[in-house]
Amino acid sequence: MRKLCDTLRRAIELSGLRDGMTISFHHHLRNGDYVLNMVLQEAARMGLRDLTVNASALFDCHEPLIGHIQSGVVTGLETDYMSSALGSAISRRALARPVLFRSHGTRPADILSGRSRIDVAFIAAPTADPMGNCSGKYGPSACGSLGYAFADAVKAQKVVLITDNLVPYPLTDASITEDYVDYVVRVDAIGDPGGIVSGTTRMPRDPIALRIADLSAQAIDASGLLRDGFSFQTGAGGASLAVADYVKRIMLCRKIHGSYALGGITDCMVDMLESGCFQAIQDVQCFDLRAVRSIRENPGHREISAAQYASPDAKSTAASSLDAVVLGAAQIDTDFNVNVHTDSNGCIIGGSGGHTDVAAEAKLTIIAAPLSRTRMSIVVDKVLTVSTPGSSIDMLVTQYGIAVNPSRPDLKIALEQADLPLSDIHELRRKAVAINGAARPYVRRSDQVVARVLGRDSKVQDVIYAVE
Amino acid sequence: MRRSMLFLPSNNPNMIGNGGLLGADSIIFDLEDAVSPDEKDAARELLKNALGALDFGKCERIVRINGLDTPYWEEDLRAILPLTPELIMPPKVSGDADIRRLDEKLTELETAMGIETGHTKILALLETALGVENAFAAAGASPRMMGLFLGAEDLTADLRCKRSKEGSEILYARGRVVCAARAAGIEAYDTPFTDVQDLEGLEKDATFAKGLGFSGKACISPAHVSAVNRIFSPSEEEIAYARDVFTAVDRAKRLGKGVIALRGKMIDAPIVQRARLVLEAASEIEGGELFCVNSVIRCAGP
Amino acid sequence: MELKHGAVAGTLESSDIMVTVLPGAGGTRISLTSTVEAYYGDSIRETIRQVLRELGVENVRVEAVDHGALDCTIRARLSTAVRRACGEEHTS
Repeated sequence: MRKLCDTLRRAIELSGLRDGMTISFHHHLRNGDYVLNMVLQEAARMGLRDLTVNASALFDCHEPLIGHIQSGVVTGLETDYMSSALGSAISRRALARPVLFRSHGTRPADILSGRSRIDVAFIAAPTADPMGNCSGKYGPSACGSLGYAFADAVKAQKVVLITDNLVPYPLTDASITEDYVDYVVRVDAIGDPGGIVSGTTRMPRDPIALRIADLSAQAIDASGLLRDGFSFQTGAGGASLAVADYVKRIMLCRKIHGSYALGGITDCMVDMLESGCFQAIQDVQCFDLRAVRSIRENPGHREISAAQYASPDAKSTAASSLDAVVLGAAQIDTDFNVNVHTDSNGCIIGGSGGHTDVAAEAKLTIIAAPLSRTRMSIVVDKVLTVSTPGSSIDMLVTQYGIAVNPSRPDLKIALEQADLPLSDIHELRRKAVAINGAARPYVRRSDQVVARVLGRDSKVQDVIYAVE
Repeated sequence: MRRSMLFLPSNNPNMIGNGGLLGADSIIFDLEDAVSPDEKDAARELLKNALGALDFGKCERIVRINGLDTPYWEEDLRAILPLTPELIMPPKVSGDADIRRLDEKLTELETAMGIETGHTKILALLETALGVENAFAAAGASPRMMGLFLGAEDLTADLRCKRSKEGSEILYARGRVVCAARAAGIEAYDTPFTDVQDLEGLEKDATFAKGLGFSGKACISPAHVSAVNRIFSPSEEEIAYARDVFTAVDRAKRLGKGVIALRGKMIDAPIVQRARLVLEAASEIEGGELFCVNSVIRCAGP
Repeated sequence: MELKHGAVAGTLESSDIMVTVLPGAGGTRISLTSTVEAYYGDSIRETIRQVLRELGVENVRVEAVDHGALDCTIRARLSTAVRRACGEEHTS
């Protein structure tokens, strides 16, 4: 049996892709991904139309997608996250049909249950053999974990691997194995290594971000969870990244032996694994080269699928055993609802990713965010988009103090006892208004829905409207 | 209490806005070196508006004005005094004449502006060889004098020596400034440590300065504030010893003893005075709303 | 105050506003670009008018590029620009 195709076009033809079908992509190559653009360009040349793209996340590098939308090649979009260049086009009505936003956990849940059908999955494979055994750990475009592609490999009608590093059969250390793969295509490059492990994950030098991180680490400590067996996840942006560094210092100093670190994995998490803070890393996505090397070389650093990460349908997940997670917010309201989809003008700038899932599952969910960013209050009366419901959030840490969700009086007592600066969400809101001045209330200027945000129950949780 | 005094450039709205949140006991809003000559007017205007509108919490507000040998300093005072900053820091003070000149101008402006005469205190920056030599005269030149502050960068240029991390070249100046300040009954503050990245070097430098008798230290980076605060706070042992001193004093009083002993050592007036200062400092830190204590310190655990 | 020539104050950094004032004829004209237009556009324009009234400036064109400056910053930058445009000496 021969799976290896000479050209991408041949693989698309063999996959039986037709007008109106759904094709899927994954973001393990992050902002360096060439595969989505490559496939859509070929599909356009073949005259295919009316395709739905289901991508685990979309970055600025995927901007050519807008052209394919305008020409009618793509008429549907489903994703967990969309960076601002694409978000801005979508918010300005680029697509007639509303985008469907899921979380990293509900995406595989919907695919595996059949609620979301994938006709052809195109999987970027940094290393593959001719029968379709593949891995993200090796090759010039190595990215580490292929976690987001697993559900698609299992359930898509056809699976096409695209690789730039074809090795002889059998590739022994494979993530996705040949029994799931229909076709393999070799191309010159599947991505730009510079963009694959992008610079989103630097430690901030902003003293306010560091202060928020410091308070967040102290809050985790005060919660009592920071003991042997501790499990932890943090986002990769601004303050949340610095929290990991502070937590590390506390764990090392007090010789705490944690259980595992979860999520998108950075250099700092690898440091914690190697210095004995954790016995394992459960990795659904690598953020930098050090993480890629670690997942390749350290047996304690293991790849997990998005379903095992956080699927609400799964019998258990890495998220459901999680002690503490620190996450960011574009807005948080006085009911603790968090918006990570839209900016203060209602324009799409992101998406849940795993935010909604881990917030729902972790024992302690901290939102670490400044009170405002360049005069825009982060703490608002009502978020423009509910990405993660307030019932999942335990506290907000700002540079002006910590607001604990009233549903967690126990936490409030613990923080009081640790002498941490407690505030109240309404007090923080008042403070933001006092500093920035009273803002004109937000006025929605369109009734056209450009995106629907699905909750963890796969039902519509909120909608996003067009902006001018 | 001024353990840490953080320099912030007065022409940067972003940094000024966050000034009260960086954990420093005092902020030094800089109108001098951090502002280029063609932006002096803008910085002055921004600082004036910011001081009037923003809340700096418990942070003390110090303004470093331009030198008395420049065309800017009187304009600086005119703009800033109505906002009643706690302290004015004149740079490049070379002796008592400078302090008297500033004192007179302050009195004149306070009277004109309806501010209580003598409200504005002075923290003199000594950063020339002449200034260091005249430290004691400057310290006693006005009742407004609250402290002396050593500036080592300009000083070493004036001394024609190289500034080093170990600071042996400024040892004499440090000693002289502390001695002059203490002799005049005012405070002494140490020059900032200028390598932002080198936190270990900072610890050493600040510990050394505390050992010489300085009450606090200036910082040029927010990243230095928590370490400087910690080093210039009384330690647990110091506080415990001070409490023991007062327990011993009370016991001696009760028993009508003239001579007081603690841990086999005689307690005399200077020891009691020192214990009082330690406890005062401790209660000021305890009662304050500053929560600049860093995770790193807390890692010792509950 | 009477503007003698055009002048600029402020920067394009975040939390700052760059204000250009030019001598005008027949009243005040303000053109504002702001990252927070939807929430604070009116308030910024009102602050600008108020500061101009306080300074007694009547015929002026104001061009402002705002990156989320607080009210006190807007006041400071506009006053500085106007003083510069009036050719005021800042020394005594």
